[in-house]
Amino acid sequence: MLCIKNATLLDGNHPRQERTDILIDNGIIRKTGRNLTAKGCRILHANGCWVMPGFIDAHCHLREPGYEYKEDIASGTRSAAMGGFTQVACMPNTNPVLDNAPLVHFVRQKAESEGVGKVHVIGSITKGLLGKELSEMGELKEAGAVALSDDGKPVGNAGLMKRALEYAKAFGLLLISHCEDTSLSENGTMNEGYQSTILGLRGISRAAEEVMVSRDIILAETVGVPIHIAHVSTWGSVDLVRHAKERGVKVTCETAPHYFSATDDWVAGYNTNAKVNPPLRTEDDVDAVIAGLKDGTIDIIATDHAPHHRDDKEVEFDLAANGISGFETAFALGVTNLVLPGYLTIEELVRKMAVRPAEILGIKGGTIEKGAPADIVIADPSAAVEITAGTMVSKGKNSPFLGLPLKGKILYTIVDGKFVVSNGRLSEEESTEWTG
Amino acid sequence: MVRKNKDLLGLNVISEEEMEEILDTARRMKSILLQDNRKTNDLQGKSIITLFYENSARTRLSFELASKYMGANAANVSASSSSVSKGETLVDTARTIDRMGADVIVLRHPMSGAPHLLAKHVRASVINAGDGMNEHPTQALLDIFTIREKKGSIKGRKVAIIGDIAHSRVARSNVWGLTALGAEVWLAGPSSLIPPEIEKTGAKVTFQIEEALRGADVVMGLRLQKERQSSGFLPSLREYSRYFGINERNLKYADPNAMVMHPGPVNRGVELTSDVRSSKGAVIDEQVTNGVAVRMALLYLLAGRRSERKEEQSACCV
Repeated sequence: MLCIKNATLLDGNHPRQERTDILIDNGIIRKTGRNLTAKGCRILHANGCWVMPGFIDAHCHLREPGYEYKEDIASGTRSAAMGGFTQVACMPNTNPVLDNAPLVHFVRQKAESEGVGKVHVIGSITKGLLGKELSEMGELKEAGAVALSDDGKPVGNAGLMKRALEYAKAFGLLLISHCEDTSLSENGTMNEGYQSTILGLRGISRAAEEVMVSRDIILAETVGVPIHIAHVSTWGSVDLVRHAKERGVKVTCETAPHYFSATDDWVAGYNTNAKVNPPLRTEDDVDAVIAGLKDGTIDIIATDHAPHHRDDKEVEFDLAANGISGFETAFALGVTNLVLPGYLTIEELVRKMAVRPAEILGIKGGTIEKGAPADIVIADPSAAVEITAGTMVSKGKNSPFLGLPLKGKILYTIVDGKFVVSNGRLSEEESTEWTG
Repeated sequence: MVRKNKDLLGLNVISEEEMEEILDTARRMKSILLQDNRKTNDLQGKSIITLFYENSARTRLSFELASKYMGANAANVSASSSSVSKGETLVDTARTIDRMGADVIVLRHPMSGAPHLLAKHVRASVINAGDGMNEHPTQALLDIFTIREKKGSIKGRKVAIIGDIAHSRVARSNVWGLTALGAEVWLAGPSSLIPPEIEKTGAKVTFQIEEALRGADVVMGLRLQKERQSSGFLPSLREYSRYFGINERNLKYADPNAMVMHPGPVNRGVELTSDVRSSKGAVIDEQVTNGVAVRMALLYLLAGRRSERKEEQSACCV
């Protein structure tokens, strides 16, 4: 039995509760309240730290099978835990592609045996991400896939996307759309604007994203099913989703921490760690993304954790891989760039990183309440954090945020009552499991 | 010695003083070029490597001759013959060349930013000889040198740059260099070939060639790649030349003593007519000569900087 004492509890559903205790037994939250004790109970003094439901990432890349040199399930799930995530949903763009039931089983079993935390699989919409034939969606669902996406290789054919939505309807599977009209983004490598002009890099216009956001909203509305828009990066996309929600379309969307934390200025000097798809945009877009988070247009924050080896980044900008290694900076970026400036309350940040992702993916967790699994993250909101290549647990050190002064340090990550991260380090590397 | 940087990556990152120093040095180099015996020993014992990932007979030859006129060891690596085809990365190729004792690596590359990457990984000085759509600083320096030679100064001069601005590294380098030195730079071309927000650099933009040419002291045509037609930027070269080609008729808008420039090679009848190419204002052939002088100056300054630094180091040891 474990008792977390004197916490600032942010359970996901209620305003913060100061000086609260949380009693955990057998991996389950038994009780929350003042002055709880139990015999033989191990005590963890939270001392006013934020105690939150374990974060849930609805969009990440674990790279296994196929790209284990970039990341694998063992390293990726540990990186997630260091970032406070207790559950993650991984995208299917592995090699082979996660487009069939046996591969879903493979990832889940591998996560069970070698990972920490809980891994959910997002299957592909089309076989091999080729945009030609539908994947066997029924079997994917049966094998445990929580959603479907052709992330990174969007279904370009509108007719096929409509059929995918129609077919997935029977199985209640959510489609997640990476919105990019590739005839518009072409060979672009960064946001189209002043920076792309002066760097001489081919630009990706906002329209490349927004044209497909519009298409998929209209298709979901036509078929009458929900759709989830991945990593919204432009003010126009925020606007499109806002209006669709107003007229009752079942659309949800996410953004990633880099879209409220950085702009295309960061590419200056041909910084390949700032190369990501969709690309970093401008101040106007950052403002709109923050406004969308604030007014609820943007439901959740997902990392789009996309680890890469330095061999894939230490090359000409045009040749560099897209993506940012995002698990370990996500919470600190949220605290530093959303909560501390007053855009979101910490309660709202918890909803966007835990409660709503669970609801959208239709999985358990995301709250701290009696009877729920003890998936908990404890963070010191005021502690300074500096994440560097040296501190990162992910194999992918590709982040433009390394070395920046951030606030909000993850101290403990607890999965089913077990400490995965203690004192800000992986528990298996710590001699003492917990303090108190 | 004004030059502080190890490399010449672009004109948007160097100071006015540095530019002036290169141009002043180029003037001395040109006098050497005009002698019967074009030979100095300034770069004796130095190695200059041209590493070209794109075909370019003239720029490479210009650097090679500049090196040889000053007594340097000059060697050329071209993409087709190098390990590039075996899949070696730019960084690895560059390190290999570096370790063979290169003092200066001159890089031409189809991708923007490649020289910046190279410069981070080699001890040698890196000269950008054209990277993707980003910059072609030695071309702009020779253009500026040529304008100064003819017009005396850059300040207040109206320079019209006509053509495919979006894909042009020559245009970008000239915008940075000329605006820094006080010229009024006008850019004109089909609207599909004007990059977004380029006016933030201080250049003026128009889609009417006459507006750009009106009263211009310098008229610069840019090379138009034929594939712009097949990739949908233009309906036809014919229509391009009708609206954006420089000809005797629209050249009348410019100052009567206007210079006509082009980085070459010229698509006659597309960017400019043959008559304009051979008109009295055309300085296209002199640009080529000045190109060698400017490159001699740069090699001299960069290799000289290296020697000086070595002396400083040895002085420290004493």
